[in-house]
Amino acid sequence: MNSMLVVARKEFRDDFRNRWTIAVAILFAFLALGIAYFGGAAAGKVGFTSFAATLASLTTLAAFIIPLIGLLIAYHTIVGERDNGTLLLILSYPLSRTELVAGKFAGHCAALAAAALAGFGLAVAVIQLMQPQTRTLDAWLQIGNFIASASMLGASFVALACVISVMTDDKSRAAGLALVMWFASVVLFDLVLLALLVFSGGNRAEQAVYPYLLLLNPIDVFRLINLTTLGHGAGNDLFMGMTASHVYRPAVLYLVMLAWIAVPFWVALRVFRRKEV
Amino acid sequence: MPNAIEITALGKQYGQITALQTISATVPKGQVIGLLGHNGAGKSTLIKLILGLIAPTTGQVRVLGEVPWGPHTHPLRRRLGYLPESVAFYGNLTGQEVIDYLASLKHAPRQQSRQLLERVGLGHAAGRRVGGYSKGMRQRLGLAQALLNSPEIVLLDEPTAGLDPQATRELYAIVGELRQAGRCVLISSHLLAELEPHIDGALILREGRLLAAGSVVDLRRQAGLPSIVSVRLNAQADGSALARELEHMGVVHEIQPDGRLEILVPEGSKVDVLRSVLGHPVIADVEVREPTLARLYDWLGANQRGNAGEMA
Repeated sequence: MNSMLVVARKEFRDDFRNRWTIAVAILFAFLALGIAYFGGAAAGKVGFTSFAATLASLTTLAAFIIPLIGLLIAYHTIVGERDNGTLLLILSYPLSRTELVAGKFAGHCAALAAAALAGFGLAVAVIQLMQPQTRTLDAWLQIGNFIASASMLGASFVALACVISVMTDDKSRAAGLALVMWFASVVLFDLVLLALLVFSGGNRAEQAVYPYLLLLNPIDVFRLINLTTLGHGAGNDLFMGMTASHVYRPAVLYLVMLAWIAVPFWVALRVFRRKEV
Repeated sequence: MPNAIEITALGKQYGQITALQTISATVPKGQVIGLLGHNGAGKSTLIKLILGLIAPTTGQVRVLGEVPWGPHTHPLRRRLGYLPESVAFYGNLTGQEVIDYLASLKHAPRQQSRQLLERVGLGHAAGRRVGGYSKGMRQRLGLAQALLNSPEIVLLDEPTAGLDPQATRELYAIVGELRQAGRCVLISSHLLAELEPHIDGALILREGRLLAAGSVVDLRRQAGLPSIVSVRLNAQADGSALARELEHMGVVHEIQPDGRLEILVPEGSKVDVLRSVLGHPVIADVEVREPTLARLYDWLGANQRGNAGEMA
């Protein structure tokens, strides 16, 4: 078998064995069901409500959790081998550095995607069983869109974790950096953008740049992919209203997301190829 | 005999630090060669260069006639085995799973992994997680994976570190089998005395320089170190006649605290000295000690001569 696939299969199995995949799948399923059932509690109504509203809330939550999971399952992927003393060994095998990083990346991404598919898929199945009227093509497209974009968001942060993993020389430092990266992309980035928006006042030129700035964070790209698909009226008018929606065609957003996977992955490869072991 | 490894003016620089200075040496096939030197001598750097894990700053190395660094080295790497210094492996996998994973990376026959685990004495622990292995067991696992795909060259970096005497003996027994099978084994170690009986030749490194290279016999001859003839006298015997004779022969000797007489015998005059010593009726016991690699190493350190020649 191709060496890259051998590595990918091992990483995928490791994530299963360490119960990462199962824990994440269960977490996803509970979140989705919880939001679907209790989402309307504030309005004094408990029970399965509109599918679009559930997905909108789920998007907000997934935007926090998936990057963290992506970083946590992959930050140690290379630096951990270094700590174990297996990096030198594995590199002495008929396996290029590119194959090693690509295999690890693919394995972790597959594990995350499997967890998303299983967790969210299970939740959706339960919801549709309870609410036959949600079994529409539209709903299926929205769910497919959500799971695909969630998996891509995960892949993007797995790739960013790979960058951290090849750059650092010890595992605890890599863990620290992963958390810093999560905090920066989940909290700081949006805060900075908000501050920019507030201080720009009515400056039109600056406001025109704002939609593009959102593309600089894969988490915002993920939100946009889902919220544009769900459309208005799903509780996200404010978010949509702030931005010029013409920039956000799904194809463009998916391409940007793809770039957010490909570019960090390429950086990780380049750094690792030049690194002395 | 064709060479397994050819090293030509090889040097490695890490920033400002010189890890290895223009080394030239050859390692023939079918021999067990010791790569000797204290910590920081450049042993591991040389091994990494041979494996193509790092690129040389100057010079080149050829392994089985090929350059190990760069693309298209996969076929060469299938012919090499390597045990890194202190490798912990994957604690969450069993011994069998670790070696199966590595075997599939090396495209080694599947049944070989089980055989190798048995061969290094890990058959009973194959189903246990490596995280629970002792240091010695992990080293055995490391040796097993180094033998995957029956490599032509096996590089062992400090293989006996942390092994008990029994496991050390077993490791050298396997090294002996490899030699018999015509494989080349390169063992790095700073335990000179332990390695000595098991190697055909040595590359001796110090501070990134090659102090000497050659067969152990040649190295001894080169250094001209004296053998030691240690003599025990009969109780209450008078050794003064023997001492006078030794002085007459111009041989250095001294009396040890335990009463033994130690005679430093220069290369070439061993038989003469023994003949005259054995002629004295006061002798109860005689022991001849050849100069050890450790002494050779010290001697070389004191007489640093830079690059040495080829392996005989």
